Amino acid sequence: MASFVVRRLIASVLVFLAATYLMYLLVAYSGDPLQELVESNAPNKEQLIASRIRLLDLDVPPPLRYFLWMGRIFGLPFEPFGARHFFDLGVSIDARDVNAMLGQALGATLQLVTISTIVAIILGIVVGITTALRQYSGYDYSVTFVSFLFFSLPIFWVAVLLKQYIAIGLNNFLQQGAQLPIWLIGLAALVSGLLWASIIPGKLRRKLITFAIALASTLALGIYFNLSGWFLQPTIGIVGIVLTAAAAAYCVPAVLTGLRNRGAVKTSIVTAAIGVAIWFPFREWISPFITEWWMLAGLALLAVVVGGAIGWFFGGDDKRPVIRVGAITAFLVALVIAIDRFMKVWQAYSESGRIRGRPIATIGSQTPGLEGSLWVHGVDTFTHLLLPTIALILVSFATYTRYSRASVLEVMNQDYIRTARAKGLTERTVIVRHAFRNALIPLATIVAFDIGGIVGGAVITERVFAFVGMGQLFQGGVDRVDPNPVMAFFLVVGFLAILFNLLADLVYAALDPRIRVS
Amino acid sequence: MTNPTIPPPGEAENLANPVEAENSIELKEIQGLSQGQIVRRRFFRHKGAMISLVVLTFIVLLAFTSVGLAIGDIRVPGWWMWTWTQIPEVIDRGRPTLSLVPEWLGGDGFRIGEHPFGQDEVGRDIFALTMRGTQQSLMILVIVGLVATTIGTTLGALSGYYRKWVDPVIMRFTDIIITIPLIVVGAVLGRTFGSLGAVVLALVIGLFTWTGLARLVRAEFLSLREREFVDAARVAGASDGRIMFRHILPNAVGVIIVNSTLLMAAAILLEAALSFLGYGVQSPDTSLGKIISDNQAAFSTRPWLFWWPGLFIIAIALCINFIGDGLRDAFDPRQKRVPTERALRKAAARREAKA
Repeated sequence: MASFVVRRLIASVLVFLAATYLMYLLVAYSGDPLQELVESNAPNKEQLIASRIRLLDLDVPPPLRYFLWMGRIFGLPFEPFGARHFFDLGVSIDARDVNAMLGQALGATLQLVTISTIVAIILGIVVGITTALRQYSGYDYSVTFVSFLFFSLPIFWVAVLLKQYIAIGLNNFLQQGAQLPIWLIGLAALVSGLLWASIIPGKLRRKLITFAIALASTLALGIYFNLSGWFLQPTIGIVGIVLTAAAAAYCVPAVLTGLRNRGAVKTSIVTAAIGVAIWFPFREWISPFITEWWMLAGLALLAVVVGGAIGWFFGGDDKRPVIRVGAITAFLVALVIAIDRFMKVWQAYSESGRIRGRPIATIGSQTPGLEGSLWVHGVDTFTHLLLPTIALILVSFATYTRYSRASVLEVMNQDYIRTARAKGLTERTVIVRHAFRNALIPLATIVAFDIGGIVGGAVITERVFAFVGMGQLFQGGVDRVDPNPVMAFFLVVGFLAILFNLLADLVYAALDPRIRVS
Repeated sequence: MTNPTIPPPGEAENLANPVEAENSIELKEIQGLSQGQIVRRRFFRHKGAMISLVVLTFIVLLAFTSVGLAIGDIRVPGWWMWTWTQIPEVIDRGRPTLSLVPEWLGGDGFRIGEHPFGQDEVGRDIFALTMRGTQQSLMILVIVGLVATTIGTTLGALSGYYRKWVDPVIMRFTDIIITIPLIVVGAVLGRTFGSLGAVVLALVIGLFTWTGLARLVRAEFLSLREREFVDAARVAGASDGRIMFRHILPNAVGVIIVNSTLLMAAAILLEAALSFLGYGVQSPDTSLGKIISDNQAAFSTRPWLFWWPGLFIIAIALCINFIGDGLRDAFDPRQKRVPTERALRKAAARREAKA
């Protein structure tokens, strides 16, 4: 295994170097960086051209200039390199430090890309698995059609539509009293009724009951939202917290271990109860002290650890699945509590002087000059990331759904699944323990490939939403035939691609014992 | 013997032997047919693919007959009254004259009018522009498909067939190209070659999109070259080239066709994205992505500048994706059409009647 990793690593580094060389030549030969100066009629034209040639080493032909660039990356201080420090990315065409530009851009893009990737993976896998388990149902056909549609959407076109309808429409809706129209509630209720009736198995009678329950509860929720003015002051409240905690306490052990496992059920109930008890003290007394994002992340980790500890306590003989149940329940309940806390500042946020009742933003990554607590900044980030995240999710959601569906279907046809059924295991055990885990193996590699490419793929989304990120760095560089910013962008993108390709191979080898590459 | 749908407990005993009943239906359907006939039959039965094929044919005919062709300086006029370069007068602020809602539903009745898709701010006919853009997109799609499929298949075949030192060299080269995201290489090359027109742009895109196909073809060749029929061909004295292209390639054709279709759908979106970023087709010619990009700011006042080109991009990409899906189903040897419960019951009844 070790020799495989080392050989793979060496090959990856060589491939990466070759790719950077190719990229450098492509950018350097894509135009003339002196063109705008040659065409200008500034009195000191000659001088400007000379200084730009000196600045960007334009007197050295590109195939050699690459090595100057490379030498600076390795921090060679002596002539002809003259690196200022280690990992010196050089300067851009207007003499700005590319390291600083990259630092700024990377932060904004990673924030955007991380959230959308996580959401797309979770949604895609869940939907993919459920469609595979309900193959050839109405739900399956609709999801298949929708994912094909998403595949075929030009992302920039969707982004403009999102801006027009979601952002402006939602803002108008919030300004005009936030009352959902009756037809929308009715439509939503009908869709949710059909959806649940299609997902939950059973005979016609049971399907009708499911349909009626889903329809009625969606209707009730819509009417409640209207009457309470929920969209102006959104809140989950103690009732919502108790309901979601109870749902988590039931669903998590039901899916992961089965309700027969008493330890797991006890764990999830105790964890959920602790969560409900913590809600009020957290909301009122603890949350003002949380001023940094790492503190919030620390609390999430604490919740997971506490949940795991409860699981360990109730675990009995087979502790690991029970610990997992505790940790996941704790995380879910903590998430709902945090969302409730964010909602608490919503009204203050949307009525503040900088927002003026139109909270959903169409450009940028944050409101400049906004003051307030971590919670206010969290809401601000949410309103800015909402649209680009949706745009990014659409495409990757379609990919993940299709792949996880295919992968689950493939696994469900294997002989060991039939064996598992034949020896009398419950359907839950067959799906969760035997099918799901094996279906994840090909998915892991696809997800890894995808993450490697997603920073590069965000270029268009960033452009439409005027995000100051990697896309702008790249486009600015390409437009002005300026290799250094483009190469900084490509170093990150290419590095991620190579890294995740490598990870995909290793994960595959680690997950699938049949593949031990010699 | 693989059965994708598992009858829920309680339903299985309704049928004497569901798996056997299913197999007999399956076998009867493909009895005495060649592989090609089976594939064609499965493809024609895929509703999504058939509908898409019809729609795509319609779009192709519409795009190429309506505004005619322009190859270099040769112009072949079409039946539509405007071309994409003409600038007629703006009528009714350029509103679309197309109306599909009949009068008895409160609409204006069915009419096409002078400018069915509307006009832009200077007066150019959006229908003519969109048709020209569609032509460009279709042309790019075909060229990219041809170039990328040829390169990908050849490299993948060489790599999988010869192995030894050829395989690592070709695969590392593929890795190098795959490391650069398509949109990135497209932007850089589009900036260099975009002004030379859509054909050059398509050739350049095709030179960089073959990587996925090469990997798949290589994997196919690696497994197929170990099969007995290859040994038989070699013993009979066939040359390497003959074995590769006459014996192995026809067996890998499913993978190639399916993936080149999907690649074409990706190419059309890539071209649109590049044109949107300004690195694709340049004025005075136009493409669907460029129309959208040019009129982005006018969305709130002239949404038709935006709707139509977008709808055509989606329609083409969606049709091709569905056709690809139909082809995949048709070529998949493990694919089995699951008979409906009614067909199964009928088969069971027939068997009982016989017994």
